[in-house]
Amino acid sequence: MLDPVKDTDGAPFWRYAAEGELRVQACADCGELRFPPRPCCPHCQSFAAEWRPVSGRGRVWSYVVPHPPLLPDYAAQAPYNVIVVELEEAPRIRLVGNLVAEAGARLDSVAVERIRIGAKVRVVFAGGLPQWVSA
Amino acid sequence: MTFKDATAIVGIGQTPFAKNLEDDERTLACRAVLAALDDAGIAPGEVDALASYTMEETDEVELAKAVGFGDLTFFSKVGYGGGGSCATVAHLAAAIAAGQATVGVAWRSRKRGSGPRPWKNTTVQLPTPAQWTRPFGLLRPADEIAMLTRRYMHEYGATRDHLFNVALACRNRANQNPAAIMYERPLTREMYMTSRWISEPLCLFDNCLETDGALACVVVGRERARDCRRRPVYVHSAAQGLPAQHHGMVNYWNDDPLTGPAWTAARHLWKHADFTPQDVDVAQIYDAFTALIPLSLEGYGFCGRGEGGAFTEQGALETGGRLPINTGGGGLSEAYVHGFNLINEGVRQLRGTSTAQVPDAGTCLVTAGEGVPTSALLLTNRS
Repeated sequence: MLDPVKDTDGAPFWRYAAEGELRVQACADCGELRFPPRPCCPHCQSFAAEWRPVSGRGRVWSYVVPHPPLLPDYAAQAPYNVIVVELEEAPRIRLVGNLVAEAGARLDSVAVERIRIGAKVRVVFAGGLPQWVSA
Repeated sequence: MTFKDATAIVGIGQTPFAKNLEDDERTLACRAVLAALDDAGIAPGEVDALASYTMEETDEVELAKAVGFGDLTFFSKVGYGGGGSCATVAHLAAAIAAGQATVGVAWRSRKRGSGPRPWKNTTVQLPTPAQWTRPFGLLRPADEIAMLTRRYMHEYGATRDHLFNVALACRNRANQNPAAIMYERPLTREMYMTSRWISEPLCLFDNCLETDGALACVVVGRERARDCRRRPVYVHSAAQGLPAQHHGMVNYWNDDPLTGPAWTAARHLWKHADFTPQDVDVAQIYDAFTALIPLSLEGYGFCGRGEGGAFTEQGALETGGRLPINTGGGGLSEAYVHGFNLINEGVRQLRGTSTAQVPDAGTCLVTAGEGVPTSALLLTNRS
């Protein structure tokens, strides 16, 4: 499986995820949330940033079901789902992830037919990666 | 200085298209460029400007010394894969209109048919945004666009039949084009609906071909164009488009992910044009995936927001329809060479030499990839 190739801006996200916490970068001056993380605020141009805890609740915005050809580790679990979740607090902050039966479960652990746009989900963590389960 | 109709495409050239060509990319580039110059009746020594894609592997030095260009005073490369196709011509047109050069060549040579699939490279990952997508198995361009496609279908009621209409129109035109990979291979609805998935909701036939091949075109000023071998095809208007807060094919992180670069490019394109979408006789719309067509139809103003799926109904994209598209077969059925074949086909339509000629075509829209920072051209043979 591919590990996140972290950049300077993204590193805090992964550090919090490793501790089982979902945080999103926010401007420390104007308060605007932003994702993906970046060096400065596109609204007020401030370089001051903080990492704000979010509830970890959201809704499925869209999803796909990849089939081979895929990288070997992913092909072994295909067909699996990839979802985009919009966060309850800020619907345009959207995270790509997988809907799984429980933390640490395989990418194909939820039947594709059970996935719906708009379905409520909540975050769980496994191996430093956020995953999503039905809420 | 005015840009409108100040320059023209006067030569086009291409190699054969195939899953596997023997020549390497550099050789293919040379063949396509020399074919385009021969078509124009211009000697290689007269070329003083070049434009291509940042993903192009044959650089200016290699090309220039191989085919015998003269002294170059302008050379430019455009990023974002297939989003750069029309911008290559736009950069040459701007340079020539501004007096920075006189004879420009744009080209793309690629062995995507027999060469590697870029998404399989796990060592060279762009950290942003790959860290937010690839670990979760969103690996390929098809997966990234499928995500937007599912949302588009959900929001507007677009269906797989709408996507099939796109695939069919391209295949039908390819069936008329002996140069097309899919020349002798018709497509049916049955084949489409029962084909294997690549990334649901996109199936095999929603995805472009994987092709070896090269293409090129020649751009000169309008005065010079009148002395060339072929009927000039004028660059009427051109634009690039990178919208505010756009994220490329993973455009999931803004207020309105379904309004992409096409909208931005279109605003500039039409602002500087003497005609409107209703006056476009034929269009060559970038089709790495079928779903890019409904989005582009909306973005370039052929229909309203959310109406792109319905627009494809009743043969609208076929010959004789409201807007015939991709008349050489496009990336879906002629060849996938980052959209350069769409430029050359646009030129053929306005010369009257397409294998699926739209009668008396006078205007053509050519677009680059929607879903990435893009570009577009309005071409005309009337000036």
